[in-house]
Amino acid sequence: MSAATQLPPAPVAAAPAADVGEGAGRRGWTGYLLLLPGALWLTLFFIVPTVSLVSTSLYDPSGSLATGYSMTGHWQNYTQAISDYSPQILRSFVYALIATVACVLLGFPLAYAIAFKAGRWKNLMLVAVVAPFFTSFLVRTLAWQYILGDNEALVSLLRKVHVLGADGYLLDTPFAVVTGLTYNFLPFMVLPLYASLEKLDPRLLEAGADLYASPVAVFRRVTLPLAMPGLVAGTLLTFIPASGDFINSELLGNPRTRMVGNEIQDLFAAGDYPTASSLSITLMAAIVVLVLLYVRRAGTEELL
Amino acid sequence: MSDDLTLTSVTKTFGSFTAVDDLDLTVPQGSFFALLGPSGCGKTTTLRMVAGLEEPSAGTITLGERDITRLKPYRRPVNTVFQSYALFPHLTIEQNVAFGLHRQGRKKVDAEVARMLELVELGGMGGRRPAQLSGGQQQRVALARALINEPDVLLLDEPLGALDLKLRRQMQIELKRIQVEVGLTFVHVTHDQEEAMTMADTVAVMNQGRIEQMGAPEDLYEAPATTFVANFLGQSNLVPGKVVRGDAEVLELDVEGTRLTADVARARVRDGAVWVGVRPEKVYLSHAGEEAGDDDNRLHDGIVSDVSFVGVSTQYLVRMPWGQELTVFEQNTGSRDRFRPDDKVDLHWRADHTFLLDASQDATAGVDRVGE
Ligand SMILES: Nc1ncnc2c1ncn2[C@@H]1O[C@H](COP(=O)(O)OP(=O)(O)OP(=O)(O)O)[C@@H](O)[C@H]1O
Ligand SMILES: [Mg+2]
Repeated sequence: MSAATQLPPAPVAAAPAADVGEGAGRRGWTGYLLLLPGALWLTLFFIVPTVSLVSTSLYDPSGSLATGYSMTGHWQNYTQAISDYSPQILRSFVYALIATVACVLLGFPLAYAIAFKAGRWKNLMLVAVVAPFFTSFLVRTLAWQYILGDNEALVSLLRKVHVLGADGYLLDTPFAVVTGLTYNFLPFMVLPLYASLEKLDPRLLEAGADLYASPVAVFRRVTLPLAMPGLVAGTLLTFIPASGDFINSELLGNPRTRMVGNEIQDLFAAGDYPTASSLSITLMAAIVVLVLLYVRRAGTEELL
Repeated sequence: MSDDLTLTSVTKTFGSFTAVDDLDLTVPQGSFFALLGPSGCGKTTTLRMVAGLEEPSAGTITLGERDITRLKPYRRPVNTVFQSYALFPHLTIEQNVAFGLHRQGRKKVDAEVARMLELVELGGMGGRRPAQLSGGQQQRVALARALINEPDVLLLDEPLGALDLKLRRQMQIELKRIQVEVGLTFVHVTHDQEEAMTMADTVAVMNQGRIEQMGAPEDLYEAPATTFVANFLGQSNLVPGKVVRGDAEVLELDVEGTRLTADVARARVRDGAVWVGVRPEKVYLSHAGEEAGDDDNRLHDGIVSDVSFVGVSTQYLVRMPWGQELTVFEQNTGSRDRFRPDDKVDLHWRADHTFLLDASQDATAGVDRVGE
């Protein structure tokens, strides 16, 4: 653009001006046209539902599906939801956090291995990471019910080596819920991390070593900072859906592992739309605040 | 303290391919050592083994008394200016340059970094990222980043390749000055023979994973040991001949029926078939049969086949009676005759400028790589 403004004035003044105008106009329209499908999509499936959710959250709770709701701007729905369900909200974030950390600890070495050490197995390993998506989320989580089951091999083994007591169990515990979350969201951590590490030039690692950096220092000073965009993306893609998840708690947990997702699900099922909506909005707002704080901390504002 | 860098029988193979082949090399401490050779001859691989980034398949590398063959790169007092720069994209120029000092536990480095950036003429650019610099500027950052550590050995892999001629000359002088001043050992890899010869105390010419010849630039130029060196370093005329008689100092040769003489000092072989070599600028022309000084060696009856005027000199191609074309560079002093195509000429040079090489070597080895 700046090059164009530095061009010497054209000999005929009027003609170029018209040209420029037309060119700029066409370019402008193309931009808007390209935006259109996305904008329509967002309006239809994000803005409209969000507006509807927000307004539902302010309905008078005395109504019901059968009798209809009246819009009274009943903000007390929020205080009610927060005071009734803050343990579940907190628990959701704690579980999501543990699962996210576990995903980083499992996913980073895996992504690193795929990017740098896999050689000709690289594509196969990537397919293996994505392969679970070929079956449904629900079925995979049900499979964990079996894996962690009281009479199955894993529990028997852990009992035998005294990691678990003689009547110890895994299923229906917080451990099982977090394990399920970790398992289900691991690919969302591995893929962005892999994309970042794949771009990392191994010669930079050599340069680090040449400049007196031990392997640990190379990791901390070179690998990690350059993998940061992938790490941030991965943690967001893991933490956000994990905080709102209810399947894992439903299938692998017990009544004391209920997460906010389970409560929202039940409230909607019970027809208490105003409370369910205000709880959803609260969760959404809390996540947005946490994500903003996190991204600022991680120093990757470019992502926003 | 003699901390010479010594490579003993170092070999590096990649699968079945031998990149560096039984290499012996001694780089005296504090010297400026140039490694010169065509693309793919194993220069970078050699440097990487010295830096510890590649482990030799065989042989040992020592620095002074210390065997560093298997020492981790970050424990070696060796730094590299990489051919690809390898600057850290997430760090500023200052942070890049300070990286080595920080890793060695040094805290207050700002002044040193600023001084080093001044030295490579990048003062005021310290806050930028590598991506915001030109190729030549990045190269200078790479130089500063290695140099600031004042390592025992600095490895430079074509560190000036991306610079324009003026800056290149300037940096050559600067590099040489720094090297002399701080007394570091520099191992400088380059394609550029002029750069190698002007900067280095010792030049090693490498070919296909081996050292062809090593020595002072003048020695390599005036008395090449192989046809490859004769052709790769400057240009040479190589004429087939035979030693017919010789004593302790002078050898008598037969070249296509003409008697020539050569000093034993520059003879790699002393009997039998030889390549008789002479540098083009050592030769001058006279009209055929004309009496011209008392130069010892003279080849008769050439025909000028091509003349190109290049300013400081004129380059002639002369076709000899046996069909070979020889090259002659004449200085344009203005006091010498100019010759035109088809002129009949004799070629003269001093006997002690003649060198003799093993006739079993390929006379065109290293030729087509000249000027690369
Ligand atoms: N990791 C590797 N695997 C296989 N072959 C390699 C490897 N590294 C280098 N080679 C081969 O070894 C030979 C020497 O390579 P090297 O990089 O040392 O050349 P060079 O002399 O530095 O060339 P240039 O002047 O072009 O930089 C080349 O033929 C190259 O293809
Ligand atoms: Mg190289």
